[in-house]
Amino acid sequence: MTPEEWTAVRLSLLVATTATLASLPLGIAMAWLLARRQFWGKSLLDTLVHLPLILPPVVTGYLLLISFGKRGPIGAFLDQAFGIVFSFRWTGAALACAVMGFPLLVRAIRLSIEAVDVRLESAAGTLGANPLWVFATVTLPLCLPGVIAGAILCFAKSMGEFGATITFVSNIPGETQTLPSLIYTLTQVPGGDAGAMRLTLVSIAISMLALLGSELLARRIGVHRMAA
Amino acid sequence: MSLEVDIDHTRGSFHVAARFTAAPGLTALFGRSGSGKTTLVDIVGGLVRPDRGRVAVDGQVILDTERGVFVPSHRRRIGYVFQDSRLFPHLSVRRNLLYGRWFNREPGSGAADLGSVVDLLGIGHLLERRPDSLSGGEKQRVAIGRALLAHPQLLLMDEPLAALDEARRAEILPYIERLRDEMGVPILYVSHSVAEVARLATTVVILTDGKVTAVGPVADILPLADSGDGGSVLDATVARHDEAFQLSVLTSAAGELQVPRLSAPVGAPVRAYIRARDVMLSLRPPEEISALNVLAGRIATIESGGAQAEVRLDCNGAALIARLTAKSVQRLALAPGKPVYAVIKSVSFERS
Repeated sequence: MTPEEWTAVRLSLLVATTATLASLPLGIAMAWLLARRQFWGKSLLDTLVHLPLILPPVVTGYLLLISFGKRGPIGAFLDQAFGIVFSFRWTGAALACAVMGFPLLVRAIRLSIEAVDVRLESAAGTLGANPLWVFATVTLPLCLPGVIAGAILCFAKSMGEFGATITFVSNIPGETQTLPSLIYTLTQVPGGDAGAMRLTLVSIAISMLALLGSELLARRIGVHRMAA
Repeated sequence: MSLEVDIDHTRGSFHVAARFTAAPGLTALFGRSGSGKTTLVDIVGGLVRPDRGRVAVDGQVILDTERGVFVPSHRRRIGYVFQDSRLFPHLSVRRNLLYGRWFNREPGSGAADLGSVVDLLGIGHLLERRPDSLSGGEKQRVAIGRALLAHPQLLLMDEPLAALDEARRAEILPYIERLRDEMGVPILYVSHSVAEVARLATTVVILTDGKVTAVGPVADILPLADSGDGGSVLDATVARHDEAFQLSVLTSAAGELQVPRLSAPVGAPVRAYIRARDVMLSLRPPEEISALNVLAGRIATIESGGAQAEVRLDCNGAALIARLTAKSVQRLALAPGKPVYAVIKSVSFERS
């Protein structure tokens, strides 16, 4: 593999890991809100969360560009107030991946929270646990397999995200050129076929490792519970 | 401890309007299914917010809709044993038991500790097991222990035995009795079983279609319980055991009773529940009869309704009820004041 290809693989792993870990807390909170609470505007929020799943990725990328770009309202504010810049940086690629993976993450976690018996939660309440503790000690452990599944989905989606990323942060080698972007670039130049094939194999290997890892993790949680 | 309840709550077309005060000991909420018992304990436990009402434990108001007081369930310190145990499936029995300890706001208050609760409920051998490997009776005992270890000031039990078969019930009842007598935690106990209420209750609250129709000591109230198998309660003491015939002899105000061998030791107070349909009346002391128990008494009242009549006896101060046919009442010319002998089959006792 060429150094350029290694850089793209490393960057993709960094972007996907960052996107997954950063969206996980928000995803769990959102999933809990949608699964357990009734409030005004809930279906609107639900639609909003799922929007990236049905919109063309290019549209999502463009929306990110005009809002989180250097001159976009949110992007300009974050730059001035905190010095956080998304446009044409790897952090922007992570943001695009997080937005694209968010619906998958929330969906998986929401389903597993809904499967947790609310009667167990009210029982925990009568034993003195406040709602936050009930969530941490009863709901979260019981829906953990769903959380892991959601995180893996989000990670896999991030590894393969192309349209929104390239629209939002372009295709800059070493900064925003992720694995799919490089494969796309290689298919556009003469003699790039071998590199594209190598990266394709790497992509397959990473996806399989991620699946295997989640399987092992889920099993270990099962074992841990048995010992608890 | 005292529990004051005064609530109004409508859910769909069903209306619960209950007002009662529970004395120390075990208060049984008695009524058919659908009479609003569970709604009532859910309100006391803080799981349901009523339309209107006030609930106070020991004078401390935990709910008052008029003053906008609603203490959430996790701050009420009211233990709740559910019909379906609700043990946490991802925790061992030990960690289920200790769950409430994390949140206990009064450590070292001298209340129940793990060792004594485990002994009381006989669950020491289950501590490392997981809830899904326990039998129904074991699950309920663990659920009771878990509620106790959260150091509640009041314990709610919603038909804790309803999901169990007869043998499992018999296994748990003694533990609930010990809870009532040894732990000193007041209990609000929901049941639709006359036998359970007779055996466990100090005070009975009868609920009919969401309304409280009677409140009082078990011996006064239970005979009023509207059900096919009405009966009377006799407080008694174990006098001796007859090992040869596997019988126990009890003494009560009404006289001596012989019942199948009890596990309670000599001198222990027990409560016998005698179903009205298991009592026959005779004008003369019966001779050469298989029934072991004959109590002398005097007729207090006769309530007749159609072909049946309920005859209330005064047996040396203790009340006994017999259900007879109207024909028998006429044939024996039964009337208030008349001395009679009540014949009871010994097997018809519900021991306390």
